[in-house]
Amino acid sequence: MADDNENDHAVPHHITPLATYIIVFLALAAGTLLTWYASTIDLGWMNTPIALVIATTKAALVILFFMHVIYSSRLTWVVVIGSFVWLGVLFVLTFTDYLTRMWQIY
Amino acid sequence: MSDIALHDDEQVHHPFLQHQFEDLGQQYEASTLGMWMFLSTEILFFGGVLCAYWVYRLTYPEAWALGGQQQNTLAGGLNTIVLIISSLTMALAVRNAQLGNRRGTVAMLVATLFFGSVFLGVKTYEYTMHYREGLFPGVHFTWHEVPELAAKVQLFMVFYWSLTGLHALHMVIGVGLLLWFIWRAWRGHFTPDYYGPVEVMGLYWHFVDIVWIFLFPFLYLIPHFGVHHG
Repeated sequence: MADDNENDHAVPHHITPLATYIIVFLALAAGTLLTWYASTIDLGWMNTPIALVIATTKAALVILFFMHVIYSSRLTWVVVIGSFVWLGVLFVLTFTDYLTRMWQIY
Repeated sequence: MSDIALHDDEQVHHPFLQHQFEDLGQQYEASTLGMWMFLSTEILFFGGVLCAYWVYRLTYPEAWALGGQQQNTLAGGLNTIVLIISSLTMALAVRNAQLGNRRGTVAMLVATLFFGSVFLGVKTYEYTMHYREGLFPGVHFTWHEVPELAAKVQLFMVFYWSLTGLHALHMVIGVGLLLWFIWRAWRGHFTPDYYGPVEVMGLYWHFVDIVWIFLFPFLYLIPHFGVHHG
């Protein structure tokens, strides 16, 4: 019944190297300082997109390395990506409404 | 008698292998996938509040800029670093469990508990200051520096307290779970073949960290250049 070649019933033994965790941590700390520094400079309309890009990059690092998604099964990838697709649906559908009903404000 | 295999040739069942799973690998996969399913609902739970936050931020940019200026950026930034450190120690707790290092697992979980508690301590200080400054929404709201925007700044503070409050609630739950996990790790429950629960605890803790990674710029670092008050 069970196919030994599939090897999908073994507890994953992939151990992330210590150096990877340290590098990711330093990147997250640097991103925190960068997002603070960027907020102190007047970059016009770019301030908000830059803050969003930094936060999203930090979140991606945490998800991929601290949460081990980069080493996880395809099924986990589907659930993770699916979560953000639904979050996108929530935002896109909300703002197709709000951004087009009050032209005088935006 | 029957054609159901009795597994009599296998070793004795692992004490933490639940009967509905064939083996520890299947149990591990099911538990991490289940946690991600839960986190999926959490992403949309916080996402709903954040979506409402953005609707009002785009509607009242001046009030949001003023609200952001009421925040203690140093405390918020310090807490961001503290939470990132706690994520590192949580990841190292999982690594130690994978390596079968019981003392290392306990030490890293205790470190995570410590930094999580520091975060909650700083948050308590901020909440106390906000309350004294009259920045708690409701009858005690007494911020009137820009009277015509006071009601909208109050709305910003509703989002501030809701988002940080929901986040802090998750932190408190995480701290409680850590106490339980420290006890289990101390008892030697986690081994290279059974580190799944520590991994799942880590998934929860890192998710709460990610929420804060967004809350810090959204609540403390709102652009205020060229925004004209009033």
